[in-house]
Amino acid sequence: MTVLSPRTLAEACSAAASNPNADLLAGGTDLMVEVNSGHRRPTDVISLGAIAELREWSIGEDRITIGAGVTFAKIASGELATAAPALAMAARTVGSPQIRNAATLGGNLGTGSPAGDSLPVLAALNASVVLTSVHGQREIPLSEFCVGPKRTDRQPGELITAVRIDRLNGPQEFCKLGTRQAMVISVVSVAVVADTSSTSVRVGLGAVGPVPLRAPEAEAFAAEAINWSGQTSVDTETCRRFAELVRDAARPIDDHRSTAEYRRHATGVLAARALRRIFP
Amino acid sequence: MSDLVSYRLNVNGQDRTVADGRLGESLLYVLRERLGLAGAKNACEQGECGSCSVMVDDELVCSCLVLAASAEGRDIRTIESLAPEGELSYVQQAFVDAGAVQCGFCTPGLIVSVHDLLERQPDATDIEVREALSGNLCRCTGYGRILEAVRIAAAERLADGSESRA
Ligand SMILES: Cc1cc2nc3c(=O)[nH]c(=O)nc-3n(C[C@H](O)[C@H](O)[C@H](O)COP(=O)(O)OP(=O)(O)OC[C@H]3O[C@@H](n4cnc5c(N)ncnc54)[C@H](O)[C@@H]3O)c2cc1C
Ligand code: FES
Ligand code: FES
Repeated sequence: MTVLSPRTLAEACSAAASNPNADLLAGGTDLMVEVNSGHRRPTDVISLGAIAELREWSIGEDRITIGAGVTFAKIASGELATAAPALAMAARTVGSPQIRNAATLGGNLGTGSPAGDSLPVLAALNASVVLTSVHGQREIPLSEFCVGPKRTDRQPGELITAVRIDRLNGPQEFCKLGTRQAMVISVVSVAVVADTSSTSVRVGLGAVGPVPLRAPEAEAFAAEAINWSGQTSVDTETCRRFAELVRDAARPIDDHRSTAEYRRHATGVLAARALRRIFP
Repeated sequence: MSDLVSYRLNVNGQDRTVADGRLGESLLYVLRERLGLAGAKNACEQGECGSCSVMVDDELVCSCLVLAASAEGRDIRTIESLAPEGELSYVQQAFVDAGAVQCGFCTPGLIVSVHDLLERQPDATDIEVREALSGNLCRCTGYGRILEAVRIAAAERLADGSESRA
């Protein structure tokens, strides 16, 4: 049994290649819950916390690159929050301060839970996921990375190294519904982002499908309905129709957190709320 | 291959050896059961209650979610470091003065969180205090007196004018 703490990405890739079954450990906020409850007994662990490269980010003209090891506390404020406001709002709803100080974006993707709060925002921002191994690097769209509930396209020996998202001009909103304000797993989450440059609106949905979903019909409708050159404010009828179309894009299930019917209803409510907030 | 791991941890400025631990042990478990530091409390082991809060490299985290063997080389500070001589820190004193301690199980975690908050944000508003303490559950007090204790501690800190109070 070993705990390896590589200091560079190259070392981490070699370690993962020679031991493809080792548990990769970032903030531990998902992994250690499983270990403490006895659901997982790690034999070998590769701890990623000492790799500086994974904690970096860069904000380009059109795309933002965020290292897999960047924590939600970092995403929730500062320049990342200015560049990707909806992601910051989602980050701020993750767990508690203690959780956000440890939990990473890469870990949220690694777990790939449909309720992971970064996922709907990443979907709306056309995210791609960068995976690295000793064999090289590949970058795939989020829609190819998430293949099912808690199932991803990451291959043994591969590390998630970064996430790339669009940097947009325009307002963004993230709304999450749970049973309380803090420390709650989403029953539904909705991200709505607008891009004034391309006059488009994009919608990401969380916890209402096996993977994060988009709502193409609602997006097209909103892009048409919004008066981009003048007073960008939406009327009640536009919100109602938008909510209906977003709701139709949801594919929720019944589980211990909610019924599918309630999730579908709440998806519409959150969508209308988000649209009204970004175009008040 | 052996089932056990040995490693060193830096806790409250001291180098401590953990010999023959199981790999999956959390920092909380190791602090309490192997290093004799029982200040951090175990109530959930799921990151939900904050009673195990400690500082790791100056970040407030749940020690139950830190894999102990991965914390080698990191600066770990527990509640025990706040009052090394047995004299209460200003936050601890404020909790006593406000009557914010009933069974006391949540108290060490809250004190660590409040120290962290007031060092970063000495003038935190009421809503910011609530958000900062949202990861610390208390089943006894109803939080009113805890919020009062934070107000007292913040005022005391500002009045004292010292940035570097323990
Ligand atoms: C009390 C509590 C509240 C929570 N609240 C929320 C919430 O509100 N919203 C939410 O979305 N989540 C929440 N979570 C879940 C968790 O915090 C997040 O999913 C978090 O993003 C996980 O990140 P981590 O760095 O802690 O991952 P870890 O636990 O370290 O890892 C998670 C998984 O990802 C893999 N992994 C990690 N990094 C990489 C990498 N670079 N490459 C490949 N695989 C990797 C690991 O092997 C593991 O399988 C909560 C958890 C707790 C304990
Ligand atoms: S024991 Fe760690 S958060 Fe509850
Ligand atoms: S005083 Fe008992 S849990 Fe807080």
